[in-house]
Amino acid sequence: MSVQTRSTQDPLWARILLIGGMFAFLCLFLFVPLASVFVEAFRKGLAVYAAAITEENARSAIVLTLTLAVICVPLNAVFGLAAAWAIAKFSFKGKSLLLALIDLPFAVSPVVSGLVYVLLFGANGVFGAWLQAHDIQIIFAVPGMALATIFVTFPFVARELIPLMQAQGNDQEYAALSLGASGWQTFLRVTLPNIKWALFYGIILCNARAMGEFGAVSVVSGHIRGETNTLPLHVEVLYNEYNSAAAFACASILSLLGLLTLGLKTFIEWRAGLRHRNP
Amino acid sequence: MGFTLAYLGLIVLFPLLLVFVKASGLGWSGLLHAVSTPRVLAACRLTFGLSALACLLNCVFGLLIAWVLVRYRFPGRGFLDASVDLPFAMPTAVAGIALTGIYAPNGWIGSLLKPYGIKVAFAPPGILIALVFIGLPFVVRTLQPVLEDFEIAQEEAAASLGATRWQTFCRVVFPQLAPALVTGTTLAFARAVGEYGSVVFIAGNMPGKTEIVPLLIITKLEQYDYAGATALAALMLLISFALLLLINFLQRKTLVRPNT
Repeated sequence: MSVQTRSTQDPLWARILLIGGMFAFLCLFLFVPLASVFVEAFRKGLAVYAAAITEENARSAIVLTLTLAVICVPLNAVFGLAAAWAIAKFSFKGKSLLLALIDLPFAVSPVVSGLVYVLLFGANGVFGAWLQAHDIQIIFAVPGMALATIFVTFPFVARELIPLMQAQGNDQEYAALSLGASGWQTFLRVTLPNIKWALFYGIILCNARAMGEFGAVSVVSGHIRGETNTLPLHVEVLYNEYNSAAAFACASILSLLGLLTLGLKTFIEWRAGLRHRNP
Repeated sequence: MGFTLAYLGLIVLFPLLLVFVKASGLGWSGLLHAVSTPRVLAACRLTFGLSALACLLNCVFGLLIAWVLVRYRFPGRGFLDASVDLPFAMPTAVAGIALTGIYAPNGWIGSLLKPYGIKVAFAPPGILIALVFIGLPFVVRTLQPVLEDFEIAQEEAAASLGATRWQTFCRVVFPQLAPALVTGTTLAFARAVGEYGSVVFIAGNMPGKTEIVPLLIITKLEQYDYAGATALAALMLLISFALLLLINFLQRKTLVRPNT
């Protein structure tokens, strides 16, 4: 934009007005809410804050949130790699349909994403009777919550990798194979280094959503305190009990996660020269 | 390849198809009966009306923000640019309680508005604010790459032919941004229609007044009204599919980005 001349520059008053308008809007909608989380969290002092996040139910919520992320993120990372590999390196019929289907979970309401698993595995669900007969609990337990989380975080890694791997093509892999590398060696030494930043980027976004997901997990969790409450659900419980200091204390942990995600994301964009993308 | 299809099929397609199978089990009259109660209709009006309003607001402010971020250079630009993604990075429940805390009658902004009789939290304006919050990045991030690639020479040509800055914007720049703007706004709308986490806290959730469709689905589930919940979910899914098709069509037609 360094070639901008006077004729294509907005008048000074317009620039000031637009920048001011943007700043006011962002303050009102982004910065004030974010600041309020931390102010409310520490309103009753450090001791209350520390008690709220080390209390037993909060601890178990944190552990469950981390467990879900540990289950879901690697699965979706592997799927994302496989899907991107299939789409970028091979040609087959229905490729554009497959691309659209991968994006599907983003278009579906999180509540509906949770509901589908209740219809499948709930007491009145398709497999409900069978599961009960074999004493397997999926809904209102960790497996159901993991499934719902996998569903909503499904596209993140794949959609970062697909355009990149499509752009890179097959040439380097063919070169490696013709020089005698095995398929696995080619993947580790040629493909992976080429896509590592995009993969990392996708994993970070996937992780943030997995840890922060509310709607889908809320439907299948059953809200059993200390057992099936993730951190976002724990925030809701506390908030509805008018325990606002504790609710905001737990929310501040999630906010830090969000800020960390944002920081890493910006770093990768800068480091790898990636352009902006919509999650 | 096989793994991809199996995973996609098992986790996503099969469960979603099941919703339609279950819903069709109700029959036409059952479906109509389930979705035509006054409570459901009120929730639909509220959800779609406010989502439309929110995405229009995002359309205006998203364009403004994208324009400022791409065209102007000022201190703190990089920081503001990064912060636009805050609604994506922030868990929706956190956004929900934060916005509620601020706009509640005793909150920072709510208490300022209270003397004028303006009620934001626990009323439709509160829902609108939450929907604007979560939809904003979609418009900005769809517009930014298009604005960045825009040929400044076209504006120079317009200016040298005697157009004012405003005329140049309206006649030269805006028409080329319009497709991306429509795509971004549709993305924001699609997200707003299904949004749950950030809205439940601020909405107040009064049946018929401030109850959104996703919440109604959950309420029906909790009352073991599986038929009603499934019928509503099928309706929401159909709308999601329609919006997804529209977005794909818009993107293919305008080549905004192959993968936004």
